[in-house]
Amino acid sequence: MEKDKFDYFIKTEKNSWEVIIGLEVHAQVISDSKLFSGSSTKFGGKPNTQVSLVDSAFPGMLPVINQYCIEQAIKTGLGLNAKINLHSIFDRKNYFYPDLPAGYQISQYKNPIVGEGVVTLDMPYGSKKIGIERLHLEQDAGKSIHDLSPDNTFVDLNRSGVALMEIVSKPDLRSPDEVNSYVKKLRSIMRYLGTCDGNMQEGSLRADVNVSVRKKGEKKFGTRCEIKNVNSIKFMEMAIDSEAKRQIELLESGKTIEQETRLFDTKKNETRTMRSKEEAHDYRYFPDPDLLPLEIKQSFVDSLKKKLPELPDQKKERFIKKFKLIPYEANLLVSDIDISKYFEEVIKNADIKLAKNWIIVELFAVLNEKKLDIKDSPVSPKNLGSLINAISSGEISGKIAKKVFEIMIETGGEPSQIIKEKGLKQQSNPKELEKIITKVLQNNSEKVSEYKSGKEKLYGFFVGEIMKISSGKANPKLVNDILKEKLKK
Amino acid sequence: MSDFNKSSLSEIVNLIKAKKASSLEITNHFINNIEKSKKLNCFITTCFEESLKSAKNFDNKKKFDGLLAGVPLAVKDLFCTKNVKTTAGSKILENFIPTYESTVTNNLWSEGAILLGKLNCDEFAMGSSNETSYFGNTINPLGKDLVPGGSSGGSASALAANLTPATIGTDTGGSIRQPASFTGTVGLKPTYGLCSRWGIVAFASSLDQAGPMTKNVEDSALLLEAMSGYDEKDSTSINKKKEKYSKNLNEKIKGLKIGIPKEYRVENMPKEIDNLWKKGIDILKKAGAKIVDISLPHTKYALPTYYIVAPAEASSNLARYDGVKYGYRSKKGKNLIEMYENTRGEGFGDEVKRRILIGTYVLSSGYYDAYYLKAQKVRKLIKNDFDKCFKNVDVILTPSTPSSAFKIGEKTNDPISMYLNDIFTVPVNLAGIPAISIPVGQDDKGHPLGLQLITKALDEQKILNIAFTMEKSIGFNQSIKRWWE
Amino acid sequence: MSIDKNQVKKVAKLSKISLDDSKLESLSKDLASILNFVEQLNKLDTKKTEPLTSVVDKILDPRTDKVNDGKIKSEILKNSPDKNEDFFIVPKVVE
Repeated sequence: MEKDKFDYFIKTEKNSWEVIIGLEVHAQVISDSKLFSGSSTKFGGKPNTQVSLVDSAFPGMLPVINQYCIEQAIKTGLGLNAKINLHSIFDRKNYFYPDLPAGYQISQYKNPIVGEGVVTLDMPYGSKKIGIERLHLEQDAGKSIHDLSPDNTFVDLNRSGVALMEIVSKPDLRSPDEVNSYVKKLRSIMRYLGTCDGNMQEGSLRADVNVSVRKKGEKKFGTRCEIKNVNSIKFMEMAIDSEAKRQIELLESGKTIEQETRLFDTKKNETRTMRSKEEAHDYRYFPDPDLLPLEIKQSFVDSLKKKLPELPDQKKERFIKKFKLIPYEANLLVSDIDISKYFEEVIKNADIKLAKNWIIVELFAVLNEKKLDIKDSPVSPKNLGSLINAISSGEISGKIAKKVFEIMIETGGEPSQIIKEKGLKQQSNPKELEKIITKVLQNNSEKVSEYKSGKEKLYGFFVGEIMKISSGKANPKLVNDILKEKLKK
Repeated sequence: MSDFNKSSLSEIVNLIKAKKASSLEITNHFINNIEKSKKLNCFITTCFEESLKSAKNFDNKKKFDGLLAGVPLAVKDLFCTKNVKTTAGSKILENFIPTYESTVTNNLWSEGAILLGKLNCDEFAMGSSNETSYFGNTINPLGKDLVPGGSSGGSASALAANLTPATIGTDTGGSIRQPASFTGTVGLKPTYGLCSRWGIVAFASSLDQAGPMTKNVEDSALLLEAMSGYDEKDSTSINKKKEKYSKNLNEKIKGLKIGIPKEYRVENMPKEIDNLWKKGIDILKKAGAKIVDISLPHTKYALPTYYIVAPAEASSNLARYDGVKYGYRSKKGKNLIEMYENTRGEGFGDEVKRRILIGTYVLSSGYYDAYYLKAQKVRKLIKNDFDKCFKNVDVILTPSTPSSAFKIGEKTNDPISMYLNDIFTVPVNLAGIPAISIPVGQDDKGHPLGLQLITKALDEQKILNIAFTMEKSIGFNQSIKRWWE
Repeated sequence: MSIDKNQVKKVAKLSKISLDDSKLESLSKDLASILNFVEQLNKLDTKKTEPLTSVVDKILDPRTDKVNDGKIKSEILKNSPDKNEDFFIVPKVVE
């Protein structure tokens, strides 16, 4: 099979354009309490119930850093094959907004906790390495709600102070597909590590997308624009496409691109300016004097490294080697930690080949249709395993198994129970089968003669009748053996 | 009945513990003084009802072992006191009532002390004369037209006028030591990190430090012991065992080396200050200490360094005063930005605005390296100067201020001339080391002047001991006519 | 180096402080004199000096990941000049 070639170039009448993309992904850290205070980080709490005096920046309040958030950042850095900086500094990023109570955000500027790394994507045209520039820890802001009143904004500070990891990629991405793959890969790595749940609907994962264009073959980068706060992969793809086209249109008409921050309007499917030049922020970063430099011991990093779980790339290699899966299959089964867990649970006691097919084809189809995550699958891994074993042992045929599976989806029930109740057990008794086959042949003696004189197509008819009488339970292999034998005579 | 005006903090504690005086008696005494002293404008808020209640409760206890048993104290209005208005001397917090207590004041109440009220100060601790307070300036008891110093002007004035037996202030560039010098009292700035900053309205986070302001050194040791201590809610708080400063107070200073920095002998230094400095040196020589000439070469860069670092940090610390969560909000303004601008424009005084603007400027894009980064480097040099000297000497002796208390309004037109008040005190904050100012004499106008003892980090006991010894030899006495009553 | 009125206005915008045009002149003068004063630092060669990162002799002391704060909604909202039972209320931003 020929490998596809990379081909995302935007072609106009005059030119062929390449799109350069860099992503700044904001990932909410999994931790019980906030980065610098002891309030809860749970999603969906009633407004302002998860807010401390520190979170709301009352006079005299001071930050104290959460040990676990430091660990989570280091683990993520290790998962990105990145350099862990043993010395890093927290800086204040100063600006005014109602959901930023202190008037500054505690972030990291010149000395982040994690340095350069790399993430590998599996694209149809081969594997591609995307460089990671850095990862740093910072506070999330609260929520400003603009649509509860015409004149006023309502502010909820529950999210204010929750730990975020900002992961900055190098401008190595070249298409919406690569962005899709990159975000999914990052998400998967963090879910494997347990450092971020990647739930984009709840806002645990958001991205700022930097887009620029250049003529195919050109070496210099064009001026980039930043599209802020895109919270779904689909919107990222759409935003990149529309922004690239906007820039190309400008450049082809002789205009220049102004470096600016834009928002993606999901209804109009276009980007628009967020900030005018006048309001351009000067964040006046400086080291936070309420905190001290963060010093991490190499031995601590090493101990975290030892305890890391198997990551997607490693698991994929192992699945290919050990279970003889093809890369495509392995990719699907490791793409999310919940899927890989499900698969590994099923194959504990069931045939691997059947398991992978049932999961990738049958189960995924159902989950997609019902818009469910695998962790909410109506069919548990144990039950799927039992179903597969029922096929392997010959208790039921593959065709019957599909029926059983349908019932399992509706009821969440156990396969052996269902087989028993519905009497779906395969008829594998040769004597019984012989009776049925003999009857069918007897009742269709004309067709038997026709078959014997050469109408070989009628074989299927006989099988069909046998299946009808046996309500589909006749063991297909045995039927074939016996039928063939009988038809010879 | 004893005249508690003449009693020190330690004496009052002992009287109460020995049940020779009740907390109620003492509290009433100071309440009386306060009520007669409105002209001085030392207090922004008083809470007499609660004070008396607490005093009565205290007296009902059978036994009490706290360091500050039953003593009423007023504190600078920069410490957040639960359910008692805390303004930081500013309009923007004029009605702010904290629901929490600062760690330092909580330590005082845990040791048995009782809150009398909140003392006036320069707005957000920015000033050297208590003339920038939204609540009006405070007057120095030593003269109707004199400033008490700042920013802990209300504290120093109240102390000298016997409106409180002792008090606590904060010192960012000299705000405890300079008013102590101007009022003939004792003021100590502890090592940075010794006292918790949690619950203190922040001005410049890497410089602010709370400290005791008292009539004598023994009281200073006692109060320091009560207020200091590790606080896990403050990341810059030092985790070490509490020292018993008052118990360990002694006069064993023979053989100690006292450094005299030549750079503190500034141009046009008033002769009286130089004389008092010499007087201090002689006292120490007689007590058996060795005098060593030293050099702190970067001294003259301390003030400019301070006026970059402090405003920079303040510009960020004061960003939270935006009218959203607490404090004053302007009624003007059709949208959010206008609300912010008007709230802060109307809520902050001129000096605070100047400092926020300078601070914002020196941190802004294009200027950060030239100003803020540069200042942090010079700060390193200043700290190195001290570290080097402390390898050869135990303590450094300098004047506390370049003059005695000046007249109200005298320096308000020129910010720089106001800033020059802190020329001797500021290097200490930049280096994070402790220093104490004790009164040593008067100038020709009869106004008090102080000398400053500086030592290395966490060596408070040493400067307390030397100050204690000097105090005895100096025998400083000031009798103040209560002209304001 | 002096700071001109436009720079003062820019900095005031950054710091969100409204300026009285009548006071702009004297404010610019004051700021210029302060900046002039602090520029003395340029006389020092600090090329080989590291900036001070902290004045206290300790490293960051992290705390354990425990929920021990929050759940004080009424206390948080109590001091706000404009609020309802659940939210802080502010005038809208004009985008």
